[in-house]
Amino acid sequence: MKNYATIVLANQEISPSIFRMRILAPGFAAAAQPGQFVMLRPALALPTMLRRPFGVFRTGCLPPECDGLPPREYMEILYKVVGQGTKILSELHQGDRIELLGPLGRGFDLGPPGQEKILVGGGIGLVPLFMLGEALVAQGSRVRLLMGGRTRDDILAVTEFERSGVETYVSTDDGSLGEAGFVTKVLERKLSKYPQAEVFACGPTPMLTAVAAICAARQVNLQVSLEAHMACGVGACLGCVVKGAGHSESTPRYLCTCKAGPVFQASDLDWGKATAEAAINCGGGCK
Amino acid sequence: MNSIRPSLAVEVAGLKLKNPVMPASGTFGYGEEYAPYLDLNRLGAIVTKGLSRNPKAGNPTPRIAETTSGMLNAIGLQNVGIDAFIAGKVPYYRGLQTPVIANFFGNTLEEYGEVARKLNDVPEVTAVELNISCPNVKQGGIVFGTEASAASQVVTLVRQALNKPLIVKLTPNVTDITVIARAVEEAGADAISCINTITGMAIDVRTRKPKIANRTGGLSGPAIRPVAVRMTHQVVQAVKIPVIGIGGITCAEDALEFLIVGAKAVQVGTANFIDPQAMLAIIAGLEQFLVAEGLSDINQVIGSLKI
Repeated sequence: MKNYATIVLANQEISPSIFRMRILAPGFAAAAQPGQFVMLRPALALPTMLRRPFGVFRTGCLPPECDGLPPREYMEILYKVVGQGTKILSELHQGDRIELLGPLGRGFDLGPPGQEKILVGGGIGLVPLFMLGEALVAQGSRVRLLMGGRTRDDILAVTEFERSGVETYVSTDDGSLGEAGFVTKVLERKLSKYPQAEVFACGPTPMLTAVAAICAARQVNLQVSLEAHMACGVGACLGCVVKGAGHSESTPRYLCTCKAGPVFQASDLDWGKATAEAAINCGGGCK
Repeated sequence: MNSIRPSLAVEVAGLKLKNPVMPASGTFGYGEEYAPYLDLNRLGAIVTKGLSRNPKAGNPTPRIAETTSGMLNAIGLQNVGIDAFIAGKVPYYRGLQTPVIANFFGNTLEEYGEVARKLNDVPEVTAVELNISCPNVKQGGIVFGTEASAASQVVTLVRQALNKPLIVKLTPNVTDITVIARAVEEAGADAISCINTITGMAIDVRTRKPKIANRTGGLSGPAIRPVAVRMTHQVVQAVKIPVIGIGGITCAEDALEFLIVGAKAVQVGTANFIDPQAMLAIIAGLEQFLVAEGLSDINQVIGSLKI
């Protein structure tokens, strides 16, 4: 990982309150594993001080012929404006300075190639699934992406996901896009058809809890990507812990989301009521 | 222009430091966590996460919340315990050329004594910092840090168990910090570090809940710096032993405020989270300040306050 003092290449509202930011990041693509994240803050004296964690959406390179400049590697995040920190980010413009620390954390374990893979993304939780989908397709796996959201505004970057070679299945709570209902309904159906599949999920806590219950009941392997409030991102502050499997009042077991995660084997986590309190909500920005 | 680089070296309680900048306990893990981001040997010293006799799992979550120019934390002194520290973390220090200061705490006098004796036998630990000031656990030392007699008792006991430089870290959550400072000096402390975090609280107005599970937490960051400078100044006036200033330092100018009021060294905390290389920038900034001021030695700045 590297500590970049770099610039914003683009920052655009792609859906109400949802932004896509492109950041100049030479050398990032080679280092980034699917499921990793970055810590960002605008390089200005501002009302917020700490960096915010964001899942990496994808990486790329601007070709030299664009504007006569040499090729420029970049990385992208998709984030939701949820508080003051993300509000300030959303107001940055091309050329504004930004500080990026990353890629950080433990990403997804791709598992054996050729296996059926089911990706479940809820809203902004779709973010870390893009590079995962790409990597799984590249290793020769068949990838089905179940995209869930409350409304059509939560279904992000469908065309881009499709172009990456994954099959997409859209569902929304209000039926405004794709099938009406929860994404977990689609998951149950797919798992009945492909009981040997491995599942990868990222999304709001209630969704993840439901996905974990479904996978546990069917004895299907599940990896989840979590989000937590973080100060350092490197395992020093111990502010981002989640409860691990076997956690109890008398034998507490906390895992750092930034260091042991953000991707965990679902079986390593405590899926009791307590986990829901840990402000887990995937992929996008936290307050 | 003077071609000789100015000296940043300071001496604190017999510890020779190449510069006066070190991390504050709890913001730098055990040191190794930050090794990918900066050369630890460039720091004046390394200060570990607080250690206890038994491992501690820490507080429930959420544990942190950002506030205006600061952050609240109630981590709850999560640490691996003294034995796992010695077995698992200490070997890493062997290759380092910078002093390692082990911070520790106890729930009881016996625990303080036991950890002190164990640390005394670890040659890689150059000095210790006695935490009698964590605000976030019921018995995390604050009972010892808020009463002069209790502070004196624990420092006396640790002093007897230890042949290494003993730094005592004080809490600001007291009526008069100089009373505690004098008590720990008399009990045998070699140096004082101050301040620990200031107890605070923040509320999520939508849920009506405290933003951290512990309800209250310790406030750190630039928001507390003027309080910390004031208290450092008061402690420097009150005692003869050296003082290490802590509280909201993010840049060289912030560090200089503490040095000018008389701190021999400074600790950098929250700024490490904002920028893992913050301490290197502070060290470089101190050198630049000396050059710009035409000074050759940082000791010319220490205690140079004009009133």
